[in-house]
Formats: sequence, C-alpha cells, structure tokens
Amino acid sequence: MPSQSNATPMLQMKGITKRFPGVLASDHVDFDVRAGEVHTLLGENGAGKSTLMKILYGLYQQDEGEIFLHGKPVKLTSPANAIAHGIGMIHQHFMLVPTLTVAENVSLGLKSSRGVLSDLKNVSKRITELSKAFGLHVYPDEYVWQLSVGERQRVEIIKALYRDASILILDEPTAVLTPSEVDDIFVIFRKLADDGRGLVFISHKLKEVLDLSDRITVLRHGKVTGYTTPAQSDRHDLAHLMVGRAVKLAPDKEYVETGESLLSIKDLYVTGDRGRQAVQGLSLEVKSGEILGIAGISGNGQRELAEAIAGLRTPQSGKITIAHHDTTFSKPGEIREVGLSYVPEERMKDGAVGEFDVKENMILLNHNKAPFCKNGFLNFRHIRQHSEELVKEYAVKTPSIDSTTKNLSGGNIQKLIMARELSANPKVLLASQPTRGVDIGAAEYIHERISQQRQRGTASVVISEDLDEVMALSDRIAVMFDGKIMGIVAQKDATRESIGLMMTGEQQQESVA
Amino acid sequence: MTALLISFFSYRFHVKTTKTKSFIGLIIPLCAVLLALAIGAIMLLSLGANPISGYATMFGAAFGSVEGFSETAVKSIPLLLVGVGICIAFRANVINIGGEGQMVMGALLATAIALAFPDIPSLLLIPMVLLAGAVGGAFWGAIAGALKAYFNVSEILSTIMLNIVAVQFMNFLLRGPMIDPAEIARGTGIPQTMRLTENADLPILIEGMRMHLGVVVALFVAVAAYILLWRTAMGFRLRSVGYNPHASRYAGISVPKNVTSALAFSGAMAGIAGAILVFGSESHRMVTDGGSTGFTGSAGFNGIVVALLAGLHPLWSIPSALLFGGMLVGANALQRAAQVPSALIIALNGLIVVFVVSSEYFKQRTLQAGRVEQEEDDDE
Repeated sequence: MPSQSNATPMLQMKGITKRFPGVLASDHVDFDVRAGEVHTLLGENGAGKSTLMKILYGLYQQDEGEIFLHGKPVKLTSPANAIAHGIGMIHQHFMLVPTLTVAENVSLGLKSSRGVLSDLKNVSKRITELSKAFGLHVYPDEYVWQLSVGERQRVEIIKALYRDASILILDEPTAVLTPSEVDDIFVIFRKLADDGRGLVFISHKLKEVLDLSDRITVLRHGKVTGYTTPAQSDRHDLAHLMVGRAVKLAPDKEYVETGESLLSIKDLYVTGDRGRQAVQGLSLEVKSGEILGIAGISGNGQRELAEAIAGLRTPQSGKITIAHHDTTFSKPGEIREVGLSYVPEERMKDGAVGEFDVKENMILLNHNKAPFCKNGFLNFRHIRQHSEELVKEYAVKTPSIDSTTKNLSGGNIQKLIMARELSANPKVLLASQPTRGVDIGAAEYIHERISQQRQRGTASVVISEDLDEVMALSDRIAVMFDGKIMGIVAQKDATRESIGLMMTGEQQQESVA
Repeated sequence: MTALLISFFSYRFHVKTTKTKSFIGLIIPLCAVLLALAIGAIMLLSLGANPISGYATMFGAAFGSVEGFSETAVKSIPLLLVGVGICIAFRANVINIGGEGQMVMGALLATAIALAFPDIPSLLLIPMVLLAGAVGGAFWGAIAGALKAYFNVSEILSTIMLNIVAVQFMNFLLRGPMIDPAEIARGTGIPQTMRLTENADLPILIEGMRMHLGVVVALFVAVAAYILLWRTAMGFRLRSVGYNPHASRYAGISVPKNVTSALAFSGAMAGIAGAILVFGSESHRMVTDGGSTGFTGSAGFNGIVVALLAGLHPLWSIPSALLFGGMLVGANALQRAAQVPSALIIALNGLIVVFVVSSEYFKQRTLQAGRVEQEEDDDE
C-alpha cells in the first residue's frame, strides 16, 4: 500500500496546461491527492475536468506542467503506462465486454501467470477476495450482460483494484445510478479511501459532492476557481465558484391568483410500450397561473402520461381536456393548435432535429405559417429575424443561427426548445425532465422561465425525477407511482419525507390541497 | 442483382451522413472517382489496352466535340431525372430502388395520352405528355410510399417488386391494347406502339444533332427539386421527417404523408424520364424487349449512383449525371478504338459506387476529427 504520510501527497499535478486549437482547456492547474481521501473535481461541462483526468490517465500529454507520484516526477505517456503507475479510471461509459464473464473481463489485457494457459481460476479467487474486502458483491462467473448498471460499475472498480490502482479516478460515477445505488456506492468509495487509496471524484452534482468529498477543487474555463471543503461551503458557494456568479438554486416565486382550469385529465388509462398498463386511472386538474409538479421515480408512467397529453400516444380510455377542448384522441399538431407546448424528456429524439440548423429548429412548429411561409415558400428573412430574436431573448449560446443543432451543448439545445415552445404563447405548458443533463447556469435560466409562466396565466406541468427541482418550482406537487397519483400536496406543506414515502407507493394519508 | 447491390450500399449511405457544405465534402468524392478510374486503368492494362489513350478516347468521345457532348447530354437526361428523384427520397430517408418501374409507368401513361389525343398541338401536347409521365411515375412511387407509411412494408422490397409488375404491365399493353395495328395486320406482332404523333416529338435543340428539349426539362426539374427541398415548407417537412421522424411527429408534421409524398415526388421524376425516353427517341414509339433495361438502359438504377456521387444534392447531380452519361457514350468509342468489351464501363460504374460510398466513411471521420478537437472537453 502507498505511503500514508501527509507530507508528500500520492499525486501532485503542478501547473498543468493543455491547449487545443482555439481553447485553453487547462490553464496552470494545480491538483493533488493524498492517501485516504476523496478529492472532488467540480465543474460544469467543458470546465476542464476531463482534460485534466485524461492527462493523468495518459490519454493526453500536457503542454506545460509536471506530474509527481509519491514525490517523484513521472511522464505518463499512455493509459497502460498510467495503470502501471497505479492509476485506475472508472469511466462514465463502462468499458466491458457484455458477452464475457466478470473474471474474463477483469483479465482482459493482462498477462496470464501461467504463460499461454489461462489462469481464470486465480483471477476468480482474487476477485472474490477483493469483492469481500470492500463489499462489492461481484461474482466472477457471472456474465456482464446479466448485470445491472450498478453491478457493472462495481466490476469496473474491481478491474481497477485488480490492477493495484492506488489512485482511482471516478468519472461521474453517479450519473447512471438510482438514488439508493448512489448511497451504496458512496459507502464503497469511503471504504476504498480508508484503505489508503486516493480517490478523485468528478461530478457536477452539488449535493453528492458535499456528501462524499474530503476536499473540493472547483474548475471553470480550465482554471481553478477555488479550493474548499464541505465544512467550509454549502451548495450556493459551490455553485458560485462553478458558474462565476451567484446562482439562484430555486427561482423567485410570486404569488399569482390561479384562474380557470386549463388542463384536466379524467380517469386516464394509457398502455405502455410493452403492453403494460403504464397509466392507470389517473385524474388531474391544473389551473391557469399554477405549476403542478409531478414527482416520482422514472418508469412509473410519467413518460406515457406526457406522451398521451401531447398526442404522441393514444390513450386507452379516459378524457384529456386542454383549454376546454377535448384532445383525448387528437393528433399532436391539433393539440398544439389548441395551446399546448411540450418540452419533451428526450430532447434530441423528440424535441429537436439534430441535423437541422438552429433557425430550422426554431420554426419546426410553425414553418408552414405566415410570416415564415408564404404560398408554400419559406421566407428566410422572417425566419432569420425570428430566430435571431429568440436566440438573444433566451440566451442560447450558439456560434450562429446557421449552426447545426446537434453540435450545441445539452443546455443550449434545451434553451432552444424552451424558446420555441414558450414563444408559441402556450395555454398549457408540459415540461418533462426540463433540466436533466443540463449545466447549472442553463438550469437556473430554464427554471426562471418556467416560473414566469405563472404571470402569463399558463397552466404548467413539470414532470421531474429531481425532487429538488419539483419542490423548487411547483405550487402543488403530485407524486406518481405505478401509473397512479399517490397524492397531491401544496408546496408549502410538502416535506421530502412525505413525498419520498409516496414515491415508493405509500398512499397519502389526509388529502390537503 | 444490380438492384440488391445498390440497395445494400444505399443503406450504408444513410441520409444523416450527408452534408456537402465543406470543402472536404467536395474533394473526397472527386478523389473517389479518380481512384476508381485508376483501378479501371489497371483493368485496361490487363486487357492489353493503353489506359491513357483509352481514357482519352473515352472522354474525348463524350466531351471532346459538340456532337459528342450532345450525345452525352441526351444519355444524361434519364440519369439526372432519376437521380434528382433519388435525392428527394433519400433526404426523406426513404430508399427508392423502383426507378425502373416508375420510368416504365410514366412512359406508358404518357404514351397512352399521345395515342389518345394525337391532334392536340405540340405546345399543349408536350406539356401534357410530360405531366402524364410525372403522374404515372408518381402513382407507382406513391404505392410503395403508402405501403411503407401505413403498413410498414420495406420500401426496398416493394419498389423492386413493383418494377417487375410494371414491366409485365408494359408487356401486356404493348402486346395487346396498345400494339401498333400494323403489326397485327402484318402478322409480325412486334410488341410496340405505332409511330406516335409528331405533335409530341420533343423539339431538337441544335440542328443535325440529337440533343432535344428533354435536356432543358431535366435541368429545370433539377433546379425545381433544389427549390422544393430547401426553399419550401413541403421540402422542410420532407427533410425534417428524414432526419428525425419523432421530433417531426411531435411538431405536428405527418410522417406517413411525407414518406408517401417523398416516394411520389421521386417517382414523378423517374416518370418524366420515362416519357422523355419515348418522345425523344429516334423511333418515336414505345417498344419492349420483355424487360425494363431495354427501354430504360438501367437509368432507374444508375440514377441512384448519380445521386450518391452528388451527395444527394439535386444541383450537384447535374455534373454527376454528365459524368455517368459521358461514360456511356465513351464506352462505345472505347470499345471501337481499343477492342475492349464495353462491359468494362459497367465495372467502372461499380467501382465508382464502391469508392464514393466508402469515401463517405472517410469524410465523416475527417469532419468528426475537426469537431472533436474543438469540443474535446465536453464531458457528455
């Protein structure tokens, strides 16, 4: 095991600089890891976290700066070289062969101790030992394709441990996990650190960072903007360091008198993709000027509900009324005409045409209406003008309105979709997972925009897995479980505990709201 | 067989990989053609011919003189029209292997109109027969389109099979209802129509040559297709459905309607090509030899190659069609001058397809590499 001395950190990166054409991806970054700690690298997409770690893992060479391992300067020229130095990386996208067993995956690329003969038995034995030591519950003879995402991740950890990694780079390890899996994996990470390893935790989720880290280094635009610890800072401080300005993690709320009911759903039944009853007798009412949040673990019928409202999925029975029109069996185009705007869950699949440029996506809904279209011909003067305005108004960061949409960042594509949807002046706004995978700055902006819909008198529905988001945005919170609404509570009466209980199928006790 | 080969390659040449905005997008297909010609040179050598003089003969015959160019232009007409139709279909992510059948159906309807109304003056009759060609082809394309859109029948299979149906329908009509009465009187029974009315003859553009009005029509259609795809709401919907049917559907664009109309447009253009083949021919009648290629010269298939080389762009299809048309003209000259089989040209066509389609991978990689550099630090 590596030295436990606090005097020399296991790893020191000093003045690391990396330039790409036109970008300074890493600008004189200092970073170190001591044995027994979890050191977090926090930053938004594009802040330089990945570049720094790719340098450490030997995928890139730095232009300037030095790397020291246990006080000695090293040159890491390739991943194989980095692994030999005891650096292991748990990739966000797993590098496993599904048709092989765990043991086979672990031994891939390693020399067998028995020459040309396989020594899978020894590998299996060692895997079992490691698994027991850290509570990983990984079994060497299982096939990888049979494993859940959480289990596959633990196989990746075993892979690194098997190669005697003393420094572990964890690249957004929680991105693919459910909340309870996150809790489990954090226990494992802590054990690995206690065993004398140094862990680099890469993340942009503030709550997790505060839960897990010993120290935190924040990056922005390739520069270090702060070193801190969970004891010294809270979510607002971290967000400030990440974004470079104070960030409102919850939008301001103005009380608005609610008006007539604009969206009403009665006794709705919807069939899911595999013939399952995804929505089972659901009823809802949303009034003008209010935001109804729908919380719940994904896969409990939220997607099917949203698709049924938007007309993308035909309900089995029940009734959907949007702005006094029965739209239960209407086509998506007809439902938009009535006044629905929809921000879909999968923005690249349903929300935008990736290969279209920005301006084309801006007019996707009303390309055939004046002034964008006259006698069947597109009027590019109006299209350009409209797009320029929206890009400006909604702060979409794009080189130009002629840029291909799929090259924009997730947050900016989402802003583009928001711009298009909200500029239609909806009577009902339906937003599914509006900030999933979106950076903090864009999420703040999107929340602000949804919140403003109150004043416009829109009836809004926000479906989200992120409980914090639902609590921050909504006036009322409905919890969905197994295709049904478990209960609806007013935001002021809602607690994480009561909602958490309903999310697991507990019926609401007394009805409030 | 050709159809299957081409459809296989067409699949790989998925519409999403197609953006011809950059310089690289232009250079790489050109290199592919040059490479194909280089391999063709080796083939010429192995046949005992001098490749340099061989190619000189070939391209000289096709482009070296006004007469040659006139021939090339005439040969290019059906290639260009079918190719432009393919551009539209592929942009909507629909694969059309039914150009042959659509040409035949367009030609049949146009011929029927000419037979029925021989006395209408040229000024009216020519537009009428061209329109009839478009309608016939569009109808045949729309059948496959509707099958795909509403019953999820693979358009690759349905268009190929409709080719066979169209050919048999042609054989039936030309042996029976539409046969030249003189053939029956003489008892020879050659399956062909009578000499069609002179009012429907496509006017010759240059005295003493074969270049006729069809050239102008084909160029006009290519420009119209460009305008359709990028300047109209209709084209916007076709492209949107081709790129992302999910987002299109959600935006209120009907996917089935646009899939059907994409194949209808595609078929219409092949149908016009069929009509032009009839009314621009020397014999001014429609003849069948029992198959489709005798009539179309395989333009229904080769048009796909034209469109692929053009990067699915209607305007780039113009030089692309001239290249392939020129090779057809040059092939005969080459055969005469160097005594090599003209089948060599078919091999050369095939080589160009293979190189152009594979070059698409290369192009994507180059473009992607440029992009990755810039976005290197994007985690997700």
